[in-house]
Order: sequence, then C-alpha cells, then structure tokens
Amino acid sequence: MTQGPGTSGLILEEPLLWEKGKPGRSAFSMPERDVPETPIPMDLAGDGPDFPDLSEVDVVRHYTRLSTWNFGVDTGMYPLGSCTMKYNPKINEKIASFPGLSSAHPLLEESLCQGNLQILFELQQYLAAITGMDAVSLQPAAGAQGELTGMLIFAAYFRSLGEKRIKILIPDTAHGTNPASAALCGFKPVSLKSGNDGTLDATVVKELMDEETAGIMLTNPNTLGLFEESIREVADLVHAKGGLVYGDGANMNAVMGIVDFKRCGVDVMHLNLHKTFSTPHGGGGPGAGPVCVVEELKRFLPVPRIVEQDGRFVVEHDYPDSIGRLHGFFGNYGVLVRAYCYIRAMGAAHLKKASQLAVLNANYIRQELREALDLAYDKPCMHECVFSDKSLHKYKVSTLDLAKRLIDHGYHPPTIYFPLVVPGAIMIEPTETECREDIDQFIAVVKEIISEAGQDAEMLRQAPARTKLRRLDETLAARKPCLIG
Amino acid sequence: MKEINELNLPEELMYSDDHEWAQKEDAVITIGITDYAQDQLGDIVFVEMPEIGDSFAKGDEFGTLESVKAVSEVFIPVGGEVVAVNEDLEDSPELVNEDPYTNWIIKIKPVTDNEFQTLLSREKYLQLLKG
Repeated sequence: MTQGPGTSGLILEEPLLWEKGKPGRSAFSMPERDVPETPIPMDLAGDGPDFPDLSEVDVVRHYTRLSTWNFGVDTGMYPLGSCTMKYNPKINEKIASFPGLSSAHPLLEESLCQGNLQILFELQQYLAAITGMDAVSLQPAAGAQGELTGMLIFAAYFRSLGEKRIKILIPDTAHGTNPASAALCGFKPVSLKSGNDGTLDATVVKELMDEETAGIMLTNPNTLGLFEESIREVADLVHAKGGLVYGDGANMNAVMGIVDFKRCGVDVMHLNLHKTFSTPHGGGGPGAGPVCVVEELKRFLPVPRIVEQDGRFVVEHDYPDSIGRLHGFFGNYGVLVRAYCYIRAMGAAHLKKASQLAVLNANYIRQELREALDLAYDKPCMHECVFSDKSLHKYKVSTLDLAKRLIDHGYHPPTIYFPLVVPGAIMIEPTETECREDIDQFIAVVKEIISEAGQDAEMLRQAPARTKLRRLDETLAARKPCLIG
Repeated sequence: MKEINELNLPEELMYSDDHEWAQKEDAVITIGITDYAQDQLGDIVFVEMPEIGDSFAKGDEFGTLESVKAVSEVFIPVGGEVVAVNEDLEDSPELVNEDPYTNWIIKIKPVTDNEFQTLLSREKYLQLLKG
C-alpha cells in the first residue's frame, strides 16, 4: 500500500485556558512599587476581565500543543490551488526580526528611518519591474483590498472624465471577491461565460463591452490554471470602448519575469505577496496586496507614497487626485519586508526559474493523474491543474471524500469545488517548492485513494480517520454556527 | 450523488435548462429547484430570496443558494413579479434538500403566458441531463 507522510500517533489533549490554572497562580511578578499608593477613582473601578490564572509553563504547553494540531507549509505539502502555498524561506523571518525593522515606530521622522523607507521604495520598483507596470502602492492589506483599491481607481478615473459607467465584465471563473469588489464601487458585475477551452472568448467580450461598461476584471492565468491567450485582443476591445482592464494577480506565481502585464493591456493589477512572494499565508493574515498601475493612472494611487528626492526617501501625502488612504501608516510593513527579502534573495533569474518550475510541477501532476481522474480541460496548464470527480461517481465517492482522505495520508487537501464552472472541481497547485520525490509520493497517494474508492468507498466517506477529530459536520456548522467558546 | 435514474422528476412540472422547475396554477407560477440541482449543490445552508413585488425578466438571477460547497445563483425560468416567497426556507434551508418540490422558493405572476410554454417537459429535461 502506498503511504504518504501521514500516520497515526499520540495526540496530546488540551483544554481551554479557562479550564486550566488555579486562582492566584501567575507567570508574572509585579515590580516593586516606586510611587505612593493612590486610591482608584470609583468611576474607573469595576470587575476585571475574566482571565484565567496560569503559570508560564501552563501557557507555553497550551500553545505548543495547539500548534501540533496544525498543518502548515512547514509540516507538509499544501497543494491548495489558486492560493500558492509555497514554502516561506526562513531568511525572510531572520531579516524581518532585525530590531531596526521590527521595532521601528511608524511615526519616526524621515531622517531616522531612511533604511525602512528605502525598503518600501525599492519594493515598489521591484514589483513594477516584475509585472511590467509603471507605479505601485504597497498600502492594501491583502488581495481583496487590492481589488477594492483597483476598483476605486477605476471609479476615480471615470469620475475625472465626467463619465458614468455602471457595469463591469467578469469571467465566470473569477474569484468571488472580484464581483464583490466591483459592486462595492458601484459597478454591476456582468458574468462572461468561458469558452469551450476554459478561457475567455473575445467575441463574447466584444458583444458585451459598451460605453456603459467600466471594463473587465480578469485573472491570468485564470483559476482553471489556463493562460488567457486572447488577453491582448480582449484588452484592445475594452480600450476601444474607453474601458480599463483589471488584472487579478492571484496566479502571478506562474508568470514572474515571463509576462509583461502592461504589454498585455492591463491597466491596474494587484499582487498577493502572501502567495507569490513567500510571505506567511493563512490563519487570517496579515497579507499584502500591492496595486500596480500604468502611468496614466498613477495620480489616483493611495497615499502616502514613498518617493526619492535627491538621494533621500520622503513620505508624500499631497496628491489631490488620490483615492486616499487604505491602511494605517505604510501597509503591513513586516509582510512587505519579507517579500523584499524574498525578491532580493532570489534575484530576477531565480524568480523566473521559480515560475517555470511551478508550471512544470503542475503539468507533471496533470499528466500523471490524467488517467486516474478526469481533466476539466485537456490542455497544458500553468501553475495549477483542475480535475473533476466524474470518474469517482460510479463509486458514489465525491471530491470531498477524496480531499478528506488525503488528510489521513498527511496532505493538506487541494482547493475543492472551485472554480464553479467545473462540477466537483479538484484544483491542485504544487508550487515550485515541492521536489520530484515528494510530488511522486503525492501522486501515488491520490492513485491509492482512487483504488480505495473501488474497494472500500465507505472508508472514504468516513475519512479522515487518523486525525484528532474525525469528519466534521460542516452542514450543521454552517446552519447552526456556534460562535463562542 | 444520485444517478440520473434515481432522480425524482415529477411528470406534471416544467423544467428549465438552469435546473429550476415551474408549475402553473391559474395565474400564478410556482418556482423551485430540481432534485438534480439540490443533489449537485449538496447540503444547502442558506437561501437568499427576493422581496415580494420584485420584478424579473426571464433568465434573471432572483436569489442565491448557499451550500457547504459553494454559492449558486438561481435564475428565474419565467419573467414576472414575485407574489410570494417561501419564508420557511429562511430558518430551515435544509427543506430544499429534503423535498425540492414541496419546498418551492417563490411564486410569481408571469408577464406573458408564452415563456412558460417554452420550458422543458420532464422528458426533454431528462434528455438534457443525460447530455
């Protein structure tokens, strides 16, 4: 039997902190008082917060045990499509922890934080070079806020022209955040049906693009892992009607240093530093979603901006056409430092190589699993490959069961049931950081699970069996959520 | 998931190629989703419905169904004005999974009679599912 890294073992139980400890126990000694005691004004007094009384070792063991229940990129393969869960090199952490970076106050005078500003300034330059775009704002806190920034820039641009545009074109393969971001800025999303090969059909764009439409939001490569080959033609059609082209950079990991988005006709795009540029991803953030624009739209970018004047770096706020501030201070600075570090450590040649290997790895999986599973679209993919669960229907086994069984074998499941255009979608993105041996093992495990489906389908429907908790009732959790501990 | 021959598709209903069903009684058309649609969606956890008085053209999105897997739009098979929504679904979305026919979603007053006539019979819908 093929075995992934997963196995059963001793899992330590751990209660809530409130169920631990004992009144009076403490992990902290108060320093001796060096001022006279003064009574607290009655209007400021009250019951203290309900904190448990714990010793230091209670707290350390608590969080260490919880961390062993976790799964992350440091634990194993995490092939979550369209999320680019690549390994985050530890050099990023080392540099970001330098006290000059981690302890710098955001209100420091410019003369006292030139190095900190230089990192931001140069990161803007690097991201412009990698995408081919002209100017960059590092403010947005994550991908969806990057999209919102982009749509606010669209709205500001049309306002500056005195035009009222009410619609926006969005392919049916888009991330759900795309229509949400556009709708927040007053554009009604119009869904574009993908062509038979899973990519945009320029004739559909031609038919729907008009002078009431602000433009198009597209993701390239798209969420099927396919390159939108008609992007230049689509951009020309949109521009011909006075519209703008938004590029969602969620899948940038396939094309670093390979695709020039400005030459593709993209006017605004965001990047996900927590995907493509190896900053920590998951657990709710923080992330970073810088926005890149062409020269014509630069004046609308958020403030503040870091600019270079006579060899010094200054923080500028005075841009009357700017859409304003998106985030406190300079965005998620610690995340930006990690991405800067990654880019400097890799260099241009290796960033390109990383994208090439990400694409190679995905195509290898696509080729090796094409007999075992059904390919959604049978053509070479970019950084991720999408299958459907059609071949599992005969066993009454679904994508969900396959995904849950992968947990037993020690893998994080891939993205499932997305994109919506593929029934029972399984979207696998290995990234460039998995080696050949690990990918081969993953492939062998997927094949093993499919053979298990034929022999013992019920076991798959019950999976996972080796985890601390067995299959959770997701339906009950969604219908009757319990939101307190 | 159900095989095609396991699906419950009542003879007396009309069907759309977006997997909704419609039934005409006097001047009112009742609309819901088919057994195939509920089976494909999986456990439904939230039903978003329009307001009474809202008007839709044939093919417009009139609400969404959220399942554990995804959020899907539901499209109106016949244009018209909403005269009733099934409020039971607000608290008990699972009813759609339990019986998608008893548990209709909306009732409308159609704009014309013609659109209802163009919907698919059980047999034609079944053909569509068999592809």
